[in-house]
This record gives sequence, C-alpha cells and structure tokens, in this order.
Amino acid sequence: MIDLEIPGKLRSFVELANAVADGYFRPISRKYDRAEHTYPHELDLLQAAFDGLSGSGELGGAGAAATGGQKKERDPNEVVNGANMSTVLGVTELCWGDAGLLLTMPGQGLGNAAIAAVADDEQKERFGNKWAAMAITEPEAGSDSAAIRTTARLDGDSWVLNGEKIYVTCGERADLIVVWATLDPNAGRAAIKSFVVERGTPGMKLLRLDKKMGIRASDTAVIGFEDCRIPRNNLLGSEEVASAKKGFAGVMKTFDNTRPMVAGMALGVARAALERLRTLLSDADVKQRYGGSIHSGSNAEAELHRMEAELEAARLLTLKAAWMADNRIPNSLEASVCKAKAARVGNAITLRAVELAGASGYAERELLEKWARDSKILDIFEGTQQIQMLIIARRLLGKRSSELR
Amino acid sequence: MANPVLRGGLRLLSAFASSGLAERYGVEDQAKDLVTRAALLGVDLLQRGGSKARPSGSSDGRRQRFDLTPTESQELLRTTLRRFAAEVLRPAASEADETLRPPEDVLSMAAEIGLTDFAIPESFGGAAEERSPLTTALLAEELAHGDMALALALLSPMSVAHLVQDHGTETQKRELLGRLCGEDQVLASAALLEARPLFDPRKLKTKAKAQGKGYRLSGEKTLVPLGELSRFFLVSAELAGVGPRLFVVERDQPGLDLSPEPAMGLRGANLCRMKLRDVELSGAALLGTPDAHDHQRVIDLARVAWGALAVGQCRAVLDYVKPYCNDRIAFGEPISNRQSVAFLIADMRIEIDGMRLLTWRAAARAERGKSFTREAHLLAVQASQKAMKIGTDGVQLLGGAGFICEHPVELWYRHLRAVGVMEGALSA
Repeated sequence: MIDLEIPGKLRSFVELANAVADGYFRPISRKYDRAEHTYPHELDLLQAAFDGLSGSGELGGAGAAATGGQKKERDPNEVVNGANMSTVLGVTELCWGDAGLLLTMPGQGLGNAAIAAVADDEQKERFGNKWAAMAITEPEAGSDSAAIRTTARLDGDSWVLNGEKIYVTCGERADLIVVWATLDPNAGRAAIKSFVVERGTPGMKLLRLDKKMGIRASDTAVIGFEDCRIPRNNLLGSEEVASAKKGFAGVMKTFDNTRPMVAGMALGVARAALERLRTLLSDADVKQRYGGSIHSGSNAEAELHRMEAELEAARLLTLKAAWMADNRIPNSLEASVCKAKAARVGNAITLRAVELAGASGYAERELLEKWARDSKILDIFEGTQQIQMLIIARRLLGKRSSELR
Repeated sequence: MANPVLRGGLRLLSAFASSGLAERYGVEDQAKDLVTRAALLGVDLLQRGGSKARPSGSSDGRRQRFDLTPTESQELLRTTLRRFAAEVLRPAASEADETLRPPEDVLSMAAEIGLTDFAIPESFGGAAEERSPLTTALLAEELAHGDMALALALLSPMSVAHLVQDHGTETQKRELLGRLCGEDQVLASAALLEARPLFDPRKLKTKAKAQGKGYRLSGEKTLVPLGELSRFFLVSAELAGVGPRLFVVERDQPGLDLSPEPAMGLRGANLCRMKLRDVELSGAALLGTPDAHDHQRVIDLARVAWGALAVGQCRAVLDYVKPYCNDRIAFGEPISNRQSVAFLIADMRIEIDGMRLLTWRAAARAERGKSFTREAHLLAVQASQKAMKIGTDGVQLLGGAGFICEHPVELWYRHLRAVGVMEGALSA
C-alpha cells in the first residue's frame, strides 16, 4: 500500500540522529573546519555510544550493516523498511549536523561497506570490527576505475602491492585500507581485485594529506605502496581472473548501496542550508507560505519554494532507492538516479542559500558558506554527476559503454 | 522534534569531550558508558513520549511503513487503463486537437468501461471501494500517457464526483452522484479558473450574493473543460462575506453562456469560456453548507491531479524519444550515442520519477486525512517547471521532425505548458 512517510518504527531513530547532529556535531563543526588534519577526538566518545546502541539493537543496523546480507527469514510479501532505509535516514540527519565529521566517524568507512559486501566469514571475523578506508582513485584513474595501475603480484603466500592511491578518505586514521589493484594491467577490469592492508604494514606509506575546499574534518590521504607485502588471504573475493568479471561487477555493486548513502548526505547538508536560510529570510520578513498561487509572492519566497520542491523530490527518490534495496528489488538505476538528483540539487541549494543570505551567508559567522563548500564533493565522489548520467542513460537506451561513452 | 533533555545532554557531553577532561582524569571509560546510557535513555524517552509527541498519535504508528507498492486492485486498474490509453486515447488525440472536443466514441467507450463509476462509491451506484486520491492519481497518470487533453476530458466528471463527495450534503451526493454514473450518466465539469495574471484560486472575482433563500452569481470563468458537453458545472465563486464556495449550475440556467475558448494545448478537452450574468440559483445549489467548506482542499487535490497528468504525459514523451533517438542516425551513428542527447533523456527519467513520488506523497497524505497543502504546493512548483522542460526537450530531441505535426511531441509540448497554468478543473 503506497505510503511515503518515514516509517513509524524509525522515527525515534531519526530524532536521535538529529539530536546527535545538533548537540554533538554542530558545536564542533567550525572548529574542525578550521583545524584541518586534526582528528576530532570527540568522535571516540560518540562512537562508543553508537557501539552501545548497535549492541542494544536500537539502531536497527546502520553503517556497514547496510551492505550485509539479511539473516532473518522473512515473509516475502511483507514490506521491509530495513538497514538501507535507516542508514539513509541516519546519514541525512548526521550530515545535517556536519558531513565532514560523519565521514571521519571511526568504524564507518567506505572500506567497511566493501568488507561487509564481499568478505568471507574468516575475513569478516578478522576485519569486521576495524575501521576500514577505501583506496580506489589514482592520479591517472579517477572516474575510470578500470584504468587503475596499482599492481598486486603473488609471491609465495603473499601479495606484493605497488602503486599510488589518492583521495583516500580516512587514509591516515583508519586501521585498514581496502585497496583496488590489478593482477594484470593488460587484462582490464577482469583482473581488478580488492585487498585489505593493515595500517603499519611495511611498504605502505602515507605520502601526504590533501588540503581541501570542504569536509575538512575528514582527512584525505595520498598513500604509496612500494613492495608492500600482505597475506594471501587478504584478498577479498576470488583470486581467479577468469571469474573476475563477476568480481568487478561485485565491487561495483557496493555502489548500489553507497550511492543512496551519499544522496542522503547531500540531502542533509542541503536541508541544513535551506532551514537556516528560511530563518534568516523570515527575520527579514520573507515568509514561506503554501497553498496560494505558485506564481505570485516575492522572488525570495519563490526561490524557497523551488529549492524545497527540488529537495523533496530528491529525498523521495533516495528513499525509493533504499526501499528497493531493503526489499531486494534491483536498484542500480535508482541508486544512480537519486545520487545524481540529490547531489546536484544539494549543491545548488547550498550555493543559492549563500547568495540569498547575502553577506551573512558568505561570511564565516554563519555555517552557510561551509555547507556550500562541503556539498560540492557530494556531487563528485562515489561517481560524479556525469558518471551517474552515463549509467542512467545507458540503462534507458540499452547502450554499452563502448557506444555511449 | 526537539527533545530538550537529550539535546542538552549531548551538547554537554560534546563540551566535555572537547575539553579533554575525560582523558586527563582517566575517566574515559566511564564517560563512554555515560554517553551510551544517555543515548539509550534518549531513545527510550522518545519512544515512550512518542504517542504524545507524534502528531499522528495513531496506535499503528510503529507499524506504518514506507511502501511504493500499489494494491492489487490499483494495479489491475492501472493495467486496464494503460491499454485503454494506448488503444483508444492515443489514436484519437490528433483529431480531438483539431475538432476541439473529445470524439463521441471515446466518450462512449469511457462510459462503457464505467470510468466515472470508479470515482463513485457503491452506495451511490458507482464501483469505488473507497474515496481514494491515490487511485485517482494512478489512473490519471495512465490516461495522460495516452493524451493529456482527453485525460482532462475524462477526468472532469470524475473530479466533479470527488468534489461532491468531499463537500456536498447527503442529499446532493445522492442526487448528483446518481446522475454521473450508470446507464444514463451525464457529463459534468468544474469551473474554477479565472482569466488574469498571477491568478490565485482563493481570490475569486466571480461573485455570489445571497438573495432570499438562494444565490445570484455573476462573473467569468475560463478554460472550463467540456464546456459545451457538460450537463452541469461546479462553479467557484466568492460568497459575499463568507469566502470561496462551489455552486451547482445547470447548463440550461438563464444567464449562463458558454463559448469555445481554444488554447495552446488541451484543445481536445473542449475548453470554454463561461460567462455568468445574474444567474439565479436555489439555496440547494450551494455545495455543502454556507458555513463549512474547505476550499484549500479543492485547490490541493486539483494540484495532485495535475501532477499525475503531468507525470503521465511526460512519460509518453520519454517513451517516444527513446526509440526515436536510438533509430535516428547522424554522422554515422545513432544520435543517442551522444551525451548531449542521452543526458537530456536521462534527465527526463530522473524528473518524472521525482514528480511521481511528489504526487503519490501528496495523494497518500490526503487519503489518510493528513494535511497536504505543503506537499501539493511543492508538487505544483516542481511539476510546472519539470513538465515544461520535458515537453520542450521532447521536441528538441526530434529536431525539425519534432516541430512537424506528424509526430505527437509538438502536441505534448503544447499540453504540458498547461501544468503551470491550470488551477482547479480537476480533483484527485
């Protein structure tokens, strides 16, 4: 039965996440925007609380759990509002507080999502409780992740990694790095595998931390691998190149879960900006009213309406993608649809909010300018706007990537 | 949604963590435990306070789920109307556009499948299980996938039936709903729009004056669907000293004049200008009672219906441009191999689904008796922009061919401009 309200059983969880964002993230938001590369140690305390909550079952499974298999048998006719939806909702609220801080929450890295999705039981046992970052991008391979040049060579009972990774979120802080490397640079995507490297492994070196426009609370590392030797069973998935087409598809599949999450992040940042703008405009006697003509009213009011309408459409698309995942309906297309829509709308709203708020929006006195910097990355990582459009268009038009490039 | 206790506590803990006191005094573990317990307490408080704090307050609050699955009967109706739209409406669209009215056989086939009956409860002779704006939205989308003008024509009597159910007295329901269904059903439509820039449906220049036991109506309505075909109309007018009200006006009423008013699009819906010159009505002509009428609901449900029409017609555009752009060869390959073409199509898909979800949410809230003025407003704002863009892009993607009437995209371009213009006329 069609119903698009937040599910009743998740409402108190959303309220809790919002309370954390408001009471815990917002007060230190500016501090870590200024103190880039300083670990927000306040998060340790929060992580402990989250662990406690997860243990109590109150969170209904958030973070990495989203990509894990559902264990319980269930009635196939029963509609599920599960881990994917609660993750998207939670992430939205926390990013309403601060996107950079969420990205550097211990134990919530993208590598954790990959491990949860692909690791075998033994690996889950070894790596499951550690904080894992994800290293895919290279200086010469961005959106084209099949073009990576980092190599993995089998030597006895070890893999030997060589190459350089950039844009590694939490690369300095995480316990583990999940590294994409190729077994054979000439074999294309079939030979690409992911490997788990523990921090402190000889041959893995933190080369530098990038200075960034936004999400400064989160560290972004450049990591080098020079004859970095790891145990053979640190490879996630199958070793065989022959069956690896499936393997690459497998690692790409984690995006079906992470893209709605990033869409959720964009929704949170944009809502923060829109709400603040509404308050500032209200103080300037611009009220947003509903129900009358959509064409009359001031330009500022019309802008508020347009932004809110875009945000609401993006929000519902994101919930739809999560709902599909929870109910095991294939959602690759919807994951890209919501990511494309939420990320571009989110960025546009934060920027417009700065403009309409005037000098108050541009100055550091408000967080509006920070949100406008933070939101840009959300239209870039986990697949840029253009990549999402390619995915959607290829799917709609029945094109191969060699046809629609 | 603020919980002051929880929020205050979290702020305090944040300050505590920032201060470094916990580390310095070696009480980190105790502090972590404290945070966990505070958070758990917060959850507990929120849940126990839930029934009080939550506006819905319903006992099934925790069982309520986010779901996008239509019911079985909705799905069945959808499939049926999808065929009807493809086999009956689409082929008739062009003729209707030229003759300025729906072809006779389209109307008779609609009557035959008992379309309006789906808007009328069984107790009044119809076939509806319940009053359902959601079902209306699903059905409107399918009809508009065939043709938006004909969808408007067919939905007009249904909309009158909805308005009568929502606002009429029991006597009016029995009498008017009975005329709209069954063997001898008549056509009817709603006249809500007035011709002026920045029209606000809450501020009407058509006036109603109480006169003895009845009313006298004067004014002018515009773009009234089925103007020459409806047996009776629901006309909105400002009742002096009271506010906007709906009145039942029979077509043979002295002082009522209807004349064709062709527009850019939606011509197949027989749009007419309606002039009311001292039209004398009985007291029973006022829909409902003078002191109780929710006019905002009239406006909001119209927006839901127009949103659904926009989604259906935009989907038709998307379905049309996909094969066209795949087949059209330029520079040695299909034009859909170009990102500038393909991305316009991808955008259509994104925005259509967004509009559909906005429509469904407003409709679902209406159906469950929740406020939906905000949702309907946002839908209207979004649909007026996105529907027009999709209509425009549809023509652009076909290039010169899109401008020629051999392809339907120019018709849809003209139809879709109406989404930002039409207020009223329909009710989901």
